[in-house]
Amino acid sequence: MIQLDRRLFLKSAALIGCSAAAHPLTSTITFAALPADSRLVVIILRGAMDGLDAIQPYGDPMLAKLRQNISVGPDNGALDLDGFYALHPRLAPLKPLWDKGELAFAHAVSTPYRDKRSHFDGQDLLEAGSGNDLPIDWRSGGWLNRMLQAMPGSTAETAYAVGVEPMRILSGEAAHLGWAPRASLALSPQAQMLFDHVYHDDPIFREAARDAFRIAAETDQTAMTKGPTADATALGAFAATRLNAQSRIAAFSLSGWDSHANQPNVLGRALDNLAAAIIALRDGLGANWGSTTVLAMTEFGRTVRENGSGGTDHGTGGALLMAGGAIRGGRAFGDWPGLADGQLYADRDLLPTRDVRAYAAWALRGQFGIGKDVLERTIFPGLDLGHDPKILA
Amino acid sequence: MIWHNFGTEFSEVTAWHMTVDFPQLAAIRLGYGLSPLTPPPQDPAEVLAGIGLASPLPTAMTTSRAATMSIRLADLRKARQERGGEEDKEFQAHNQMLGRQIHRDLQRRIARAVDDPVGIGERLVQFWADHFTVRPDGPGQNPLAMAFVDEAIRPHVNGRFEDMFFAADTHPMMLLYLDQNRSKGPNSIAAIKQPKRNIGLNENLAREALELHTLGVGAPYTQKDVRELAELMTGLSYDNRNGFNYRPQIAEPGAETVMGINYGGDKRAVLQDIRVAFRDIARRPEAAHYISWKLAVHFVSDNPSPDLVDAMAAKWLDTDGHLPQVYRVMITHPELAATFRQKVRQPFDYVVAALRALGVTGRQVMALDFPQLPAVLTEPIARMGQRWMRPIGPDGWPEGAESWVAPQLLAARISWALTAPGKLLTQAPDPRAMIETTFGGTQSEQLAWAVPKAESQAEGVALILASNDFNRR
Repeated sequence: MIQLDRRLFLKSAALIGCSAAAHPLTSTITFAALPADSRLVVIILRGAMDGLDAIQPYGDPMLAKLRQNISVGPDNGALDLDGFYALHPRLAPLKPLWDKGELAFAHAVSTPYRDKRSHFDGQDLLEAGSGNDLPIDWRSGGWLNRMLQAMPGSTAETAYAVGVEPMRILSGEAAHLGWAPRASLALSPQAQMLFDHVYHDDPIFREAARDAFRIAAETDQTAMTKGPTADATALGAFAATRLNAQSRIAAFSLSGWDSHANQPNVLGRALDNLAAAIIALRDGLGANWGSTTVLAMTEFGRTVRENGSGGTDHGTGGALLMAGGAIRGGRAFGDWPGLADGQLYADRDLLPTRDVRAYAAWALRGQFGIGKDVLERTIFPGLDLGHDPKILA
Repeated sequence: MIWHNFGTEFSEVTAWHMTVDFPQLAAIRLGYGLSPLTPPPQDPAEVLAGIGLASPLPTAMTTSRAATMSIRLADLRKARQERGGEEDKEFQAHNQMLGRQIHRDLQRRIARAVDDPVGIGERLVQFWADHFTVRPDGPGQNPLAMAFVDEAIRPHVNGRFEDMFFAADTHPMMLLYLDQNRSKGPNSIAAIKQPKRNIGLNENLAREALELHTLGVGAPYTQKDVRELAELMTGLSYDNRNGFNYRPQIAEPGAETVMGINYGGDKRAVLQDIRVAFRDIARRPEAAHYISWKLAVHFVSDNPSPDLVDAMAAKWLDTDGHLPQVYRVMITHPELAATFRQKVRQPFDYVVAALRALGVTGRQVMALDFPQLPAVLTEPIARMGQRWMRPIGPDGWPEGAESWVAPQLLAARISWALTAPGKLLTQAPDPRAMIETTFGGTQSEQLAWAVPKAESQAEGVALILASNDFNRR
């Protein structure tokens, strides 16, 4: 045990007074103004998920004409959902959720982003939540951050960016926490004490280290699974632990969706990860799963035609996956635009029939009671909220 | 050494005032820290002479080589699609090689910075490459982003700002990143010949050229200035097969007025008009002040005094933005010593400084291969919040200390400090010797007290490298 000398303690006592007010975590945490139970998880699927393969509209006869080796329908292993749509076989772990009414999707959705089909621009717009006004002005941050600013009583602990990828969706003025579940701080107790001593007089280091040591101690490294979906499982499981405590919002990303070639393998692995993350959330959240909405969204969809490499290229309309006990699942939302000639966007992509932001906005409205004006003007500038798709149970 | 605790009633940062000798100050604040292998620069003249070390090397990446690599990727992709083949080893290998350029670029930048005996040149490359932020859009553009630094930044860090400004904002990588490549005069010859195509202006680069690259957002320019500059800049074009061209047929005809000065005219539009406009903008007092302030924020403190910034800006105006003379004002100003350790090292700077402190050489850095290279360098730096070649927006990385010392980011630094030395060195340095070579007497009492009490050499080294003393400069 280290004996800190008296002089050091006195110095620290003087320091605490000025640093405590500034650090978001040391302010009095109150959740009184937050709806106690609602929880929201946003998963950004980076690389453009092929919605037409993840959720296959096999009831549209054009699908089989446009695609031979992918989106092969229930006759070839996909799981029929409602006689029109079928679930990709690699999402089979989620089928029980569909059956329980805890999984849904909206097809033919997109951000306002069009035509250039750049991953980075597309993700920027998805996370900024703004209209088609590229370049993004990041001074106004991401849409989840603006939502935090609109929620009285939110604190840094309210929202978590999980994982090592920067989550621009949470960037902005409202404080939030970030942690990677596999961040290891394997320090001996002696080293941790020495760090406490070294950082003691430097408030930003002292407070950041204190939180880091605390979160690391609260993260059960031994519960980490192994195998190809281990990282995705860890993201979901860690997010669940925070949401079971004081957090109500979590965001993380899953990558690996850019299936230009050999799509069955590429997309299969990505879908395994998505399913694993959602199952880990459900298992970790336990009873709190009932008050949780998970939105898995991607920057844009992919071409309706299979390309020459057994893959698909960057497109426009895509799919939004929703999960959680809070949603009215077991059904397809949105209008199906069709795949025939003349029904496509730019003769190549699924035509978007609804702004994906509208679903997110209705989820925020239903879960956190955010007003229509704030949603349309501040959180998603320029969005027309439109009719309520009633995605929440 | 004398320590005075100023107390913290005025600032979140613990303000220490101490006498630090110039060599330590120069190495820690202006370079990449002290090294057990090379002595620090002794005086301002030696620091300024060191800037020349950042000049492009014979191995520099060029736009033309970058184009060749990108064309090859496009050709292989097309051939693969035409053949309908699922597996194409040649395409995959080339695509992977291009993707790996991110790691290779980071590796060569780190190696060069680690070996630089003065360090300020590489620090300035880092500063200016961030001032003129670009972001490659996919593996095919990675080499072009490398060429940007070698062609537009390195040749000008020791020259006049206006030359760097022109080189950067007409470079193919910048034209692609900020959409200048898609901007065409609505009344240009091309637009009139093809009335059905929706040909028009894109103001993105023109706006950032004023707001981020020269004048600052508070400067008295208007939307009309942005638009007129965008019209003046039409004609800049790049594609891989034809290279960089100024194409009068896509240029908006007629004179444009930017900040009250006319450029171009009824004669044929020429690239020189853009160069003249850039020169005038670069010499404006707002540019002198804004960029001097940015330099001071990066090198001196998050809140530099008006006295320092005004002195730098005055020198800028006297010398038409001759950068070494502006740097000299900053380097010789008493505020450099008075604000010791008020800046937090950004992740790239932090890792370079740590490698130097460990006695790792550029040769050892260059010997790293896959998968060690991403495991020891790229991924940890990303976890510290600075993914290489992936800045979030055109305004570059944040400067404020609090942006880099969040729990997760500090955890990544501590974790790297614990594990990386063991992966890079066969034997851990003795922490008691290392604390002296790393800080040259500037270490705090707390750190000096703690390091000898570590249970193992590895934890002693980690205490040094993860300390606030070391993370600050």
